[in-house]
Amino acid sequence: MAEVFVEDRQVSGASLDDRRVEELSSGRERGAGIRVVVGETTGFAHTADLSEAGLVEAAEVAAAVARDGGGGTRTVALPDRRARAPRADVLPSEVSKARKLELLLRADDVARSAGAEITQVQVGYGDSRRRVLVARTDGVLAEDDQVRTRLNVVCVASGDTGMQTGYESVARTVGFELFDQVDVDELARTAARRALAKLSARPAPSGELPVVLAGGSGGILFHEACGHGLEADHIVKDSSVYTGRVGEQVASPLVTLVDDGTVAGEWGNYAVDDEGMPAARNVLIDHGVLTDYMWDWLRAVKQGRRSSGNGRRQSYQHLPMVRMTNTFLLAGTEDPEEIVAQTPRGVYVAKLGGGQVNTATGDFVFGTTEAYLIEEGRITEPLRDANLIGNGPEVLRRIDAVADDFSMTPGTCGKDGQSVPVGCGQATLRITGVTVGGTAA
Amino acid sequence: MTELLTVAESVVGRARPGEGVEAYCARGQDTDVRAFGGEIEQLAAASSAGIGVRVVLGGGDGDGKRVGFAWAGSLEPDVVAAVLEEARDNARYASVDPHAVLAEPDGVDAAELDLCDPGFATVPTSKKTQMALELERQARSADPQVRQVDSADYGDSSVEVALASSTGIRAVTRRTSAYVSVSVIAGRVGESQTGTGFSVGRSPLALDLERAAGDAVSRAVRMLGAGKIASGRFTVVLDPRVVSTLLAVVSSALSGEAVVKGRSFFAGRLGEAVATSRVTLVDDPTDPRAFGAASFDGEGLACRRNVLVDGGILRGFVYDSVSARRAGTAPTGSAVRGGYAGTPVAGCRALALSPGDQDQAGILAAVGEGVFVQSVTGVHSGVNPVSGDFSVGAEGLMIRTGALAEPVREVTVASTLQRMLRSVLHVGSDVEWLPGVAAGQTVAIGDMQVSGR
Repeated sequence: MAEVFVEDRQVSGASLDDRRVEELSSGRERGAGIRVVVGETTGFAHTADLSEAGLVEAAEVAAAVARDGGGGTRTVALPDRRARAPRADVLPSEVSKARKLELLLRADDVARSAGAEITQVQVGYGDSRRRVLVARTDGVLAEDDQVRTRLNVVCVASGDTGMQTGYESVARTVGFELFDQVDVDELARTAARRALAKLSARPAPSGELPVVLAGGSGGILFHEACGHGLEADHIVKDSSVYTGRVGEQVASPLVTLVDDGTVAGEWGNYAVDDEGMPAARNVLIDHGVLTDYMWDWLRAVKQGRRSSGNGRRQSYQHLPMVRMTNTFLLAGTEDPEEIVAQTPRGVYVAKLGGGQVNTATGDFVFGTTEAYLIEEGRITEPLRDANLIGNGPEVLRRIDAVADDFSMTPGTCGKDGQSVPVGCGQATLRITGVTVGGTAA
Repeated sequence: MTELLTVAESVVGRARPGEGVEAYCARGQDTDVRAFGGEIEQLAAASSAGIGVRVVLGGGDGDGKRVGFAWAGSLEPDVVAAVLEEARDNARYASVDPHAVLAEPDGVDAAELDLCDPGFATVPTSKKTQMALELERQARSADPQVRQVDSADYGDSSVEVALASSTGIRAVTRRTSAYVSVSVIAGRVGESQTGTGFSVGRSPLALDLERAAGDAVSRAVRMLGAGKIASGRFTVVLDPRVVSTLLAVVSSALSGEAVVKGRSFFAGRLGEAVATSRVTLVDDPTDPRAFGAASFDGEGLACRRNVLVDGGILRGFVYDSVSARRAGTAPTGSAVRGGYAGTPVAGCRALALSPGDQDQAGILAAVGEGVFVQSVTGVHSGVNPVSGDFSVGAEGLMIRTGALAEPVREVTVASTLQRMLRSVLHVGSDVEWLPGVAAGQTVAIGDMQVSGR
């Protein structure tokens, strides 16, 4: 199999810090990545030179690994080109720079007015337009035009106990109409509130406790606890705790987990993946039973099956691999307040940060950026940031309540040196026990 | 092929009166090989090039300065011209900032560092693929308990950077680097433990495959049978790799930009004791052994040795030109940038603790009882360089009667960075230059909270 992946990416960004618009930047990158797969070996080369000579040179480098098999010419019938329109109402490139800067200045004003203890504010805006074309010798010809827009606010609050930070962001696979859909003032107030709340926070507890994760707190629990472990590259190398477990009960019956690249507007949304396969909705865990893994072309073809539309790459300079898109737990039926009320003592996590997993052992961590103590069924004192640690299959079995207040959160997923945008979603849920890594004995 | 400096100078030559222009051009070649199951799984070879341009409007000594930035992944003349125009346009919209300046030559001579190994170019691709295969074979055969080698990688790169500015900066740097990295899984029935090993150098010929494979295997095998422990307070001994990772976080609190903008727990503490007297922290990119060694910084000033903490007393921060001016001090030659698509920021390149007099075994013996941490996870989600709050996932081994004992996993180790610096009990003599911005060496820290059952 030989494949040409062509990408044209334009980005623009603006950052405000210390009350000033410090940096406006714009960038452009275009080029092609050429992949040749022969037997067990993949050869890859990329070039920014899109002339015929440049492409042929890259193709020769990529094919060099397969030289032992001899050369030759093959003619491939490709379907008619079907260009896709960008899925954005307002292309960010058509919005004035001054209009983008208004957002930054507005967010700065609102965040600073949240309290005298807010001593520093950073606001970042970014947009990107990524046009890709994939042509393959197995007859695939596909194009996509992906437009993404984001805004984030980081606040520092200072008090007697030192400094604390608060973060909030919005990021969607849409154009500048994002700012008709979200309230920038609310975003800035949320970031400021998080920093302010933690000024009076006490150290997080240490040891195993029940934990309630709020709806929309990040959903990164599933991304780390099982998402990465369900990526087929880990499965075929037997480097995941979920290898060979399709059909088994791997989670509480309350867990139905879906990875869905088709959810319009979400941060991990696209029409076709970076191997030309249409994005799809894939049920990974159904009422606790493992139903399938996520697949890219290379791992799927070896198993004699179809890709699940999860082949992604950071740019034309990278090889594709199995990646998540929008990964979420389907909502349950319980009342979120009732879940808290029925938790005598534990930790309530209102907002999660990042996380990390070792897919082979299943051990994973995820960090809190806004959390509170639960005492006698009530949310009480704010807690300082901490990581929580657990083992994927064990934690999934300990989910004993899922509420009906579902929402999604954007994130950036890093794997093997490549970053891609993803979405995570869940409703309020409770884990009966997970280790909280604070300092309060 | 056009000389990179010629491209950079041609952009700078187009600066208009009253306008400052800086051009950063980079060109690189990379090879990456991955072996799996006795075959070459992937082989990638490619070259790339690009330019980043900063324009400062309202130059001279007036206060009305604005900066704009643009970049492109190409050095084609029409693209380069468009990048300059775009940077110029971006500058028109930035806020007025009296501190927005390009670096000015400051008379400090750049260290003569030879960061290109002549052996680099002589190694053919076939030798590189053999190294990846040999690395996998060694890791697989080192111990019968190794169940899988999930990746065995070889990689190298050769990079050239040229920087020119209308303020008189001219700098050219070249460097080569190569690495091997291997990740193994040791297993028993129903159990997997993992370990990684690597070796880095300026040339493929400098790599130690046996050591990389041996490290990965011993780290995985010694974790077999690991369990959780009860929560408690312990003296914790950190592996050199963990220390390198943590120093990188500390370095962001030593950035002059973070300090002057009130985003560092070190702000306002110059001259105060911030650590035990065993802690002396120096950032010295002119040390050729450092992975981040460099003659010039990301603005084209000479890199230099900066003492940041001396005997526990906070003595300084690292500055680029803009943050230095904001703080009313001189730049320390510490601008770093993430390639042509990034703008310079203040940061460390080669941070290291002054070595103590004991190796790891000596420190374990001195500590007697505690927890040895072999690796940490969740550093980006659990360590905050603004507040200093510290909580990471950890695995390692118990220390009993001065030696490593049974393995421990699925625990966290927590404190604050401030308290950790004040609780450093021992700094090892085992300095190891690891990939990244800081060296590794064994460090013992008292009174940390370990959370488990």
